[in-house]
Amino acid sequence: MTLILAYGAVLLSFASGLFALITNRWQTLLAVSHRRIKKYFKIDNACWSWITKNLDEQQFFATLQQAVFILLGLSGMFAVLAGVSVLIDKTVLTDQIGLGLPWLPWHVRFDSLSGFFYLIIGIAVTAVSLYGPGYVRAYDEHKHPFAALGLFTGLFVSGMLLVLLADDAFFFMIAWELMSVASYFLVAIQHENPANRRAAFLYLLMAEVGALSIILAFGVLASSAGGFTFDALRDATLSDTRASIAFILALLGFGMKAGLVPLHVWLPEAHPAAPSHISALMSGVMLKVALYGLVRFCYDLIGTVQWQWGVVLVIIGTVSALGGILYAMMQTHLKRLLAYSSVENIGIIFMVLGLSMIFMGNGHPQLAALGFLAALFHAFNHALFKNLLFLCAGIIHHQTHELNIDMLGGLIKKMPQTSLIFLVGCMSISSLPLFNGFVSEWLAFQTALQVDVLNNGVLRSLIPVSAAALALTAALAAACFIKVFGLIFLGLPRSHNSQKAHEIADKGMLAGTTLLAGLCFLFGILPGIIINLLNGVAKQMLGETLPNDTAFNWLWLAPVSADKASYSPPLVLVGVLIAALLSFWYLRRSPETKTMRRAEAWDCGFGGLTPKMQYTGSAFAMPFQRIFARVWLLDEQIHKDVGGAMNLNVTAIHYQLQVQDHSWPTVYQPIVYAVNTAAKQVGRIQTGNIRTYLGYSFVTLLLMLWVIS
Amino acid sequence: MAIVQTLLFAALAPLLAGWLKWCKCFLQNRRAPSLFQSYRDLIKLTRKQPVVAEHASWVFTRAPYIIFSATVLAASVVPLIAVNLPTSAIADVIVLVGFLGSARFFLALAGLDIGTAFGGMGSSREMTVSSLAEPAMLMAVFTLSMTASTTNLSVGITHVLNEGLVLRPSFVFALFALILVAVAETGRIPIDNPTTHLELTMIHEAMILEYSGRHLALIEWASQLKLMLYGVLIANIFFPWGIAETISLQSLLSGLLAIVGKLAVLAIVLAISETLVAKMRLFRVQEYLSFAYLLGLLGMLSHIILEASR
Repeated sequence: MTLILAYGAVLLSFASGLFALITNRWQTLLAVSHRRIKKYFKIDNACWSWITKNLDEQQFFATLQQAVFILLGLSGMFAVLAGVSVLIDKTVLTDQIGLGLPWLPWHVRFDSLSGFFYLIIGIAVTAVSLYGPGYVRAYDEHKHPFAALGLFTGLFVSGMLLVLLADDAFFFMIAWELMSVASYFLVAIQHENPANRRAAFLYLLMAEVGALSIILAFGVLASSAGGFTFDALRDATLSDTRASIAFILALLGFGMKAGLVPLHVWLPEAHPAAPSHISALMSGVMLKVALYGLVRFCYDLIGTVQWQWGVVLVIIGTVSALGGILYAMMQTHLKRLLAYSSVENIGIIFMVLGLSMIFMGNGHPQLAALGFLAALFHAFNHALFKNLLFLCAGIIHHQTHELNIDMLGGLIKKMPQTSLIFLVGCMSISSLPLFNGFVSEWLAFQTALQVDVLNNGVLRSLIPVSAAALALTAALAAACFIKVFGLIFLGLPRSHNSQKAHEIADKGMLAGTTLLAGLCFLFGILPGIIINLLNGVAKQMLGETLPNDTAFNWLWLAPVSADKASYSPPLVLVGVLIAALLSFWYLRRSPETKTMRRAEAWDCGFGGLTPKMQYTGSAFAMPFQRIFARVWLLDEQIHKDVGGAMNLNVTAIHYQLQVQDHSWPTVYQPIVYAVNTAAKQVGRIQTGNIRTYLGYSFVTLLLMLWVIS
Repeated sequence: MAIVQTLLFAALAPLLAGWLKWCKCFLQNRRAPSLFQSYRDLIKLTRKQPVVAEHASWVFTRAPYIIFSATVLAASVVPLIAVNLPTSAIADVIVLVGFLGSARFFLALAGLDIGTAFGGMGSSREMTVSSLAEPAMLMAVFTLSMTASTTNLSVGITHVLNEGLVLRPSFVFALFALILVAVAETGRIPIDNPTTHLELTMIHEAMILEYSGRHLALIEWASQLKLMLYGVLIANIFFPWGIAETISLQSLLSGLLAIVGKLAVLAIVLAISETLVAKMRLFRVQEYLSFAYLLGLLGMLSHIILEASR
């Protein structure tokens, strides 16, 4: 039954893709349906007019689009159901599909780990399908046909779902490639813009290099196993060196997809280029599939985790987290900023996963389970709030045609609902108590604090330092999202577009984001639900769960023991409500002072405050820019227009700031240079002369014959 | 009992602010206002009609309530006169940092809401200072929680009590780190000057420039609470002696006397340092806070090298 649901989700997303393809021929479809209905049904006039109204050209196309998204939404719901049921059952389902080559059937396995990621994808896809119809309506059908967008969205989603089902290396790679290539087309959908084409190509290139590395990793495992099925890989006994080589290759491959520093360069280019609901899926979900790949590879396939790998992950994760958020801080383009913030969150997840590996490798499976749980919980949370923020970015773009945060402002009055939803996303991502981001971060700190059980002195000092870096990351994230929310929604409008903005009219777009915001809050108050589900995953992967020694475990969170640390979000909520309501009631009891008087803001007595006098994004980030100046490649130019007598009168000041990533010139430029040089060297033998080529063939032939004989 | 302790916390906070002011005035040869002046100010503010900037949205008018309740909740977690109270299990020290973070989040948003340059300036600076202070704070806290192997404040304090008077180098480092962080987080000299009237040098005050009436009262009260909270943290973690371990009238009274005494001494120390030290440039704050972080790190390392059980 569960497996049928899981297959159903894949098939429905395929179906939605194929159906989208049909919409390309919607005019034919319209004519056909007109004829059919007239022919087969004898109907009266009133009913006929109702049908023709629905079959009206514009309406018909919108209905078709709606249907595509309904199919996608059903796929999401099926995925949620399948995921939850396998998580509750705690069973492992296996199956074989006779597709592919005759002697190589596709092996399918659906267990708790896949189920959990199914759940993540399901929620995200459901929200996106609610949001989608309203969003794609704004696209020009001639320029960006819906058929392409819908087809590749369906393929992309089914690719991700198939990766989770795969139980042999071939099937895994086919699904993985389906996911990568479909998302390449989605990034390239607005291909008239050269920057988007470049972003898409960069993405494809890195995705393929990553895929090669994953194939090599499977190859290393398979070299000491009997075949390419995951069962065979699980049974293989590896020497430590081979296991480490496989781990490094897998980390390279999956890390490239996940966007770990310094493999992240495609991410801030590709995510803003895609339509918002696709960037939401890419950032919120696809990066998690990479996480799934690494977890499956290390904990399940290799089996014995070495603590040195954990150290590697902790270091890379910490660097990614800090680097991601510092780069995010300097961005002015909202979607780029969100993409960099994904790098940060992925860094946090990998860091905590690294902690789990360290504990696992040192023989503390229960603490490893804590870290494992914290990492997966953060992945879940990040999927929720990053999805939410990207979808909200889409709404903002839809309503203002602007994504430069320095050109927005004052939207809270124009778009009250969106602003509230966005605020929830900002509070979750800044890990404030009562929201879901906080719970996973709290668990991460708890994991780091258990370091006392380790014997190795270096590890015991490394881990607290990385935990302090995590604290810095969290604080910087709060600053960054204060900047985002403050500049977009608060203050005065900085441009004509934001002046004219109004609340989104489409119910579906609001419903999709509200769903995610509600879940962010729900799992912030009752994290026990997800933690119980995750306990099953940890049990299956690590053979250990968290101890449950508190009486009401929906109310309390006590991951190690109640004595060591506990947190009760519902009671905190009650406390906050009591304090806020008491002060609210007490202070507003007298009728004369209950009303507020509105007056001009303080302007130092000069008068005439204008929106231009407000702090901008770069002004807000200025102290950070000076303190962490070495982190970016900054190109700061100040140009003064002078005039008047002896050019002493400054009439205008132009300020220009360009922020660039260090990794591009230090890592990628040399590679590009090396590849170009090698290509030139190889080019020498290409003379263009047919006789020379025949000569080459002859020599090769001789060589081959010599080798064989 | 827990509720009584929280109320006591809230009630004593303005007194601490008054006492601090009194000490400073005494040191600076000025005539001090009455110890109860802070209460009078708060009451006066609640009676006034608030004036709100014309472009402000609901964030501006609701933020004081959120800030106040987050701070009160943070205060309710900290053992003031007795340990082992039920509220301390609701949240541990990391959640406490989270509460203060929430309060700051909304304060910074309120600063940006009015659409003036000062508000943005205050928010930006406040977030800079606090994001640098956070790792230093966590480092100091980690040292303590690793020694007591808990992040629960009440259990941690009991642990220190049971150990008796042991001179731990890690605690000395952590104490100084926490003091430096507390000064930065509560916006005292040399990081910020709470009594400044010059907009360009403001941090905390720049954000609340537009507040008046009951909103201002709530924010003032919350910042007094925050000052007291850091005072109590320092006093009760490093010098927990005197705190009530059992719920009896006598022990509670002695606990109250002990904490009042400890806070009074801490306030005198703060007043002396504020009188002697000048405010520092904004871009030197990072050096100050990296020093605090370094102290925390040294505390951590000395715990690992010198004190760990194996």
